[in-house]
Amino acid sequence: MTNAGAIYSEKVMDHFRNPRNVGDMENPDGVGHVGNPTCGDIMELYIRVKDNIITDAKFKTFGCGAAIATSSMVTELVMGKTIEEALEISNKAVVEALDGLPAVKMHCSVLAEEALKSAIDDYLSKSAKR
Amino acid sequence: MKRIYMDYAATTPARPEVVQAMLPYFTEAFGNPSSIYSYGQEAKAAVDQARTRVANLIGAREEEIVFTSGGTEADNTALVGVALANESKGNHIITSAIEHHAVIETCEFLEKRGFTATHLKVDKYGLVDPDDVRKAITSKTVLISVMHANNEIGTIQPIAELARIAREAGVYFHTDAVQTTGHIPLDVNQLGVDLLSMSAHKFHGPKGVGALYIKKGTPLTPFLHGGGQEKRRRSGTENVPGIVGLGLAAELARLEMDGEVRRLTGLRDRLIAGLMERIDHVRLNGHATKRLPNNVNVSVEYVEGESMILNLDLEGICASTGSACSSGSLEPSHVLLACGLLHEQAHGSLRFSLGKWTEEGDINRVLDVLPGIVSKLRAMSPLLKSKK
Repeated sequence: MTNAGAIYSEKVMDHFRNPRNVGDMENPDGVGHVGNPTCGDIMELYIRVKDNIITDAKFKTFGCGAAIATSSMVTELVMGKTIEEALEISNKAVVEALDGLPAVKMHCSVLAEEALKSAIDDYLSKSAKR
Repeated sequence: MKRIYMDYAATTPARPEVVQAMLPYFTEAFGNPSSIYSYGQEAKAAVDQARTRVANLIGAREEEIVFTSGGTEADNTALVGVALANESKGNHIITSAIEHHAVIETCEFLEKRGFTATHLKVDKYGLVDPDDVRKAITSKTVLISVMHANNEIGTIQPIAELARIAREAGVYFHTDAVQTTGHIPLDVNQLGVDLLSMSAHKFHGPKGVGALYIKKGTPLTPFLHGGGQEKRRRSGTENVPGIVGLGLAAELARLEMDGEVRRLTGLRDRLIAGLMERIDHVRLNGHATKRLPNNVNVSVEYVEGESMILNLDLEGICASTGSACSSGSLEPSHVLLACGLLHEQAHGSLRFSLGKWTEEGDINRVLDVLPGIVSKLRAMSPLLKSKK
């Protein structure tokens, strides 16, 4: 049993308390779904793409403070980016944008990166079929 | 903002009178209890008084109390000490799946050195089945260790029944009573145990001191070797201020126990009922009545524990969770999983442990604040949507 305490940066706590872009999206162009109940973090990321540019992003996350903050931050980072630019957003970029994460929480940033990649893959495979 | 501490199972504040009683033993009464001149004898008298007080709390004799550095050392000493002292008789230990890590890891240590261990499963309330104990005993079994009450879910085991089975089979019985000593009535003779661990900081004593009850005649190989203190069972100069603090905390706990058990049971049941009433999809972990008076443990479905703890902390409320997310490992609480909870339910667990300074207003505050936190987090939970 562990308590939370002040283990997070102010930026993380800001995104945790006031997460950006939470919610569902109707008819998203790409959906990313990563994580599982065993590890305790599940992220869903939805993107809207117009002319190769990500015009909107939304997320839903079951997870700890870091999981919520990294989800929130990745939706901010991705907004207005081209697909190519978005694919270059790494977990490190998410961590830096949040002024760091505790070592035991780094996997949350990896999950956020994977959620984004998975949403973009979904978009690319859907648009290839069209 | 007023801070509300509801993590008394993790640790408790030392009582001011306990701290006051300890202070002289750092300075003017600093003697080594092994010294024969006055300074030493003053310290020895204080240690003896503390021993009497601890013995009185659990119905033991003074010479059956060995002071240790805490619950972990007491558990380690009991398990390793009895295992080594009985090596010629056998190499099998029985324990439960929901023990504290101080017991689990010590069993693993012994398992790497030629011992075997049976980890008894528990039912959905966290209870060990006495029949399972009976079936697990072999001709090689030397020790059974089952905790008195679980630190996470508060389930109180039928120790007297389990210990009777052990005694009939000629097997020694240890119980980790860190969560019960000073909290509920406890008599080593009624329980029939051979060894019992306790820790001072769980009942308003200082950190860094505890005790192991060793029933007279129980063979035990010492863990610490040196100057032969504690009748050669635990060498090392006594932590006199800590032992004095443990003694007074034990005395005060004994005197106030009946009233506190009643008061806390009432607050506990109010909190449990309130949580069930105000939040949907909440389940109680542990047993409704075979339960520590101060323990509330619930799983809030579709929400992860650490995010609830962080939000409670922002409201000044200190509680804890069995979610892996707050421990650095990816596995949630072994106790909750052993009770059959799904991973996501274990990740969504919250523990409120009440104590001496918990008031009705604190319970109301939790009940006012938590429903809002849960709905905010559920609004962003992908688990809830997939249920719809």
